[in-house]
Amino acid sequence: MTDLNDTIVDAVTRARDERKPLYIRGGDSKRQLLGRDCQAEPLDMSAHRGIIDYQPGELVVTARAGTPLADIHELLAQHRQMLPFEPPLLGGRATLGGTLACNISGPGRPWYGSIRDMVLGVRLVNGEAQLLKFGGQVMKNVAGYDVSRLQAGALGTLGVISEVSLKVLPLPEHSTTLVYAMDATQALEVMNRRAREPRPLSGAFWLDGRLYLRISGAASAVEQTASDWGGERSQQAEDIWSQLREMSLPFFRGDEALWRLSLNSAAPTTTPPEATLIDWGGAQRWLSGDADFTRLQRSAATAGGHASLFRGGDRNGEVRQALEPVQQGLQQRLKKAFDPHGIFNPGRLYSWL
Amino acid sequence: MTVPAASRATLQARLREFLPEHCLIDDRESQRPFECDGLSLYRELPLLVALPETVEQVRRLLQVCRELDVPVVPRGSGTGLCAGAMPHPEGLLLGLSKLDRILDIDPLAGTARVEPGVSNLSISEAASTHGLYYAPDPSSQIACSIGGNVAENSGGVHCLKYGLTVHNVLGLKVLTAEGELVSVGGLGLDSPGYDLLALFNGSEGLLGVVVEITVRLLPCPQLARVVMAGFDSVKAAGDAVGAVIAAGIIPAGLEMMDRLAIRAAEDFAAAGYPRDAEALLLCEVDGTREEVDQHSDRISALFREMGASSITVSNSDEERALLWKGRKSAFPAVGRLAPDYYCMDGTIPRSQVSPVLEEISRLSGEYGLAVANVFHAGDGNLHPLILFDASDPRQIRAAEDFGARILDLSVEVGGCITGEHGVGLEKLRQMPSQFSREELLQLEEIKSAFDPGLTLNPGKGIPILKRCQEYRALPTRDGHD
Ligand SMILES: Cc1cc2nc3c(=O)[nH]c(=O)nc-3n(C[C@H](O)[C@H](O)[C@H](O)COP(=O)(O)OP(=O)(O)OC[C@H]3O[C@@H](n4cnc5c(N)ncnc54)[C@H](O)[C@@H]3O)c2cc1C
Repeated sequence: MTDLNDTIVDAVTRARDERKPLYIRGGDSKRQLLGRDCQAEPLDMSAHRGIIDYQPGELVVTARAGTPLADIHELLAQHRQMLPFEPPLLGGRATLGGTLACNISGPGRPWYGSIRDMVLGVRLVNGEAQLLKFGGQVMKNVAGYDVSRLQAGALGTLGVISEVSLKVLPLPEHSTTLVYAMDATQALEVMNRRAREPRPLSGAFWLDGRLYLRISGAASAVEQTASDWGGERSQQAEDIWSQLREMSLPFFRGDEALWRLSLNSAAPTTTPPEATLIDWGGAQRWLSGDADFTRLQRSAATAGGHASLFRGGDRNGEVRQALEPVQQGLQQRLKKAFDPHGIFNPGRLYSWL
Repeated sequence: MTVPAASRATLQARLREFLPEHCLIDDRESQRPFECDGLSLYRELPLLVALPETVEQVRRLLQVCRELDVPVVPRGSGTGLCAGAMPHPEGLLLGLSKLDRILDIDPLAGTARVEPGVSNLSISEAASTHGLYYAPDPSSQIACSIGGNVAENSGGVHCLKYGLTVHNVLGLKVLTAEGELVSVGGLGLDSPGYDLLALFNGSEGLLGVVVEITVRLLPCPQLARVVMAGFDSVKAAGDAVGAVIAAGIIPAGLEMMDRLAIRAAEDFAAAGYPRDAEALLLCEVDGTREEVDQHSDRISALFREMGASSITVSNSDEERALLWKGRKSAFPAVGRLAPDYYCMDGTIPRSQVSPVLEEISRLSGEYGLAVANVFHAGDGNLHPLILFDASDPRQIRAAEDFGARILDLSVEVGGCITGEHGVGLEKLRQMPSQFSREELLQLEEIKSAFDPGLTLNPGKGIPILKRCQEYRALPTRDGHD
């Protein structure tokens, strides 16, 4: 439970002075995922750990970036609370900082929000080796730009996240899972229709000809909804959602290229090639194997979203959707605003960042 | 050395090349309605007011202003409470109220695409035929624009459960200071590069002009019910709020008012508020019928256990609307108690509510100005309303000093200077109490990345420390500095 802010600031100062880039590493659980290969001196964050503050009554937890999510998860559960974005714990290796940098969220994301939605404040070391604080531990704060949320999905390219405050939520009182046999087209239609009903839906995914709907909340509401909606009650409900969250379902195994599409939830399945796992009520779709990235990007854009090479494939090429020139220019200037010497995770997000 | 300002005539001539005459206002009298936002303490007339009718006109207008180095102040409906939309005397006031079309609603995906001048409430009205609504509901929702909501990252009484504007916006189209169009976000739930959507929400018109917004729509709940409870002390009411959260319930809204606010609201709305209570809680639960029954019973029981002196539960939508009417009209209601009121907006940890209110009450004595408290108790966002008379310069100064003390106090107890109203011009001087110099410089770097010429809404939002030489800060003001 040590605070290593001084060590981090020293390491960044050295990196800046010597112009030697750093690869910021938490639990090293996602190095092969999400971003491009990054060859640089590792800055290990895993010893900078510990929960600094947790006030169940305030619904806020603050911890150092290297804290394993599993520790937070466990402490919250003791108070019947949870990390609402259901992040993968990845065998206890996933850290808080890495999860924020990757903006990675589990099956409840469309209903409970993402880590980006829950982050209230961060401490961050920028490219000038300054330890800065943005946001805080309160639910609402609009002073200054939202630098905390900006870290979500930046893959550590804007600074070293040192500390994070998050909003947490009570665990739902009750939960159940309904299963239906149907094809992807039907499943998409049902997922979207159900999501537009005022019911406590908290998960909707489709795989191998089966649609799974999770309902969570007040026991009375969950039971009433389950009986109104019908379908088969799943026996291993808990398992299937945690395997989906941990990406440990057989679908995710192996080391084939894994593509992720983030889209309009109601976009039709005909966007080629067809997704083989549909999650987030239709808004997140996965496919594995060889695919034409350019074509995927085109169809994702048509569906109001973007495509990325989540795992495998060529990780020296671009792995994320290409941006329009104006947008790309803004992103480059933003990177410079935080990291003028380009020392954080160079090329991890895009080759040009 | 600041660059000499472009003359009104030059600017007008250039804008007339593509803007019809009725889209420009140059005479002083017709400009009056635009001289301030909802915080009328701060007033200024612009060089020119432009009310374009198309995105293309906005684009060209921005190009011209950039070229002539003319400051541009975007404005939605002008209901802001931080002088964010107050004009710049050497600049153009860019009113977006004529861009007011709802472009489309997709009921299956649960999204609506709208122009920035559309009012917050009209989105929900248009979506209601599909059983959907737009969740963030600032009390000003009849008037305020969705573009203004994005610029302020506005909240509302329901944001405890449903989030702020930033949680309910999926995509934006923004024009940069140079007049270049960028799309950020989209119809999915995240973006491939940096989350510019997060940055634009709450950026107060300093980073770009929002010209299109895609919002997420939620299903209208089957049922909503309000439990209202009176308490003999603010502390008891504060503890009751904690008890609800501890019971694992996240209400749709959880609001508190103190004695002065209760009485003012009751006089205004006749909602049946307990006039003798020291504090009032309004707690709304929504969801399925079963859930609402279960939760409202539990909350009533908790309030009773926590010593409520009265409890009323709404039995119909009309009763519920009436209970909210008092709260939603609290600002104007309190406004009737004195010639003017000054609304503060600090957020504090919930556990600090009662000591902070005690200190505010002590300061009220010190400054000789009454204060009524209305706030979003569920998330610790305070709105102390300081009563004063703006015709007396000493009272203006006292109200401003008192307000500043409240904001400093909010920061001291671990909170912030603004929860939802924004910094604007008003809280600029308070920024250093929340941020270090290095942090302010980092914010300045972000500003400069988007608006290197520093012409978008200058003098607001963040102090400019490094580039102050070329910066067109607002002129210092009589009686305010
Ligand atoms: C009685 C009353 C009650 C209120 N209640 C609440 C409440 O409950 N919650 C809350 O959060 N706020 C509340 N407010 C404050 C205010 O209504 C909000 O801040 C609202 O979002 C402002 O919207 P507007 O269209 O009036 O914006 P304006 O006041 O016109 O502008 C606000 C800011 O946004 C910028 N801006 C406006 N449009 C754009 C655009 N298209 N692109 C870029 N920048 C733009 C302006 O430059 C300015 O800085 C209340 C105000 C009043 C008067």
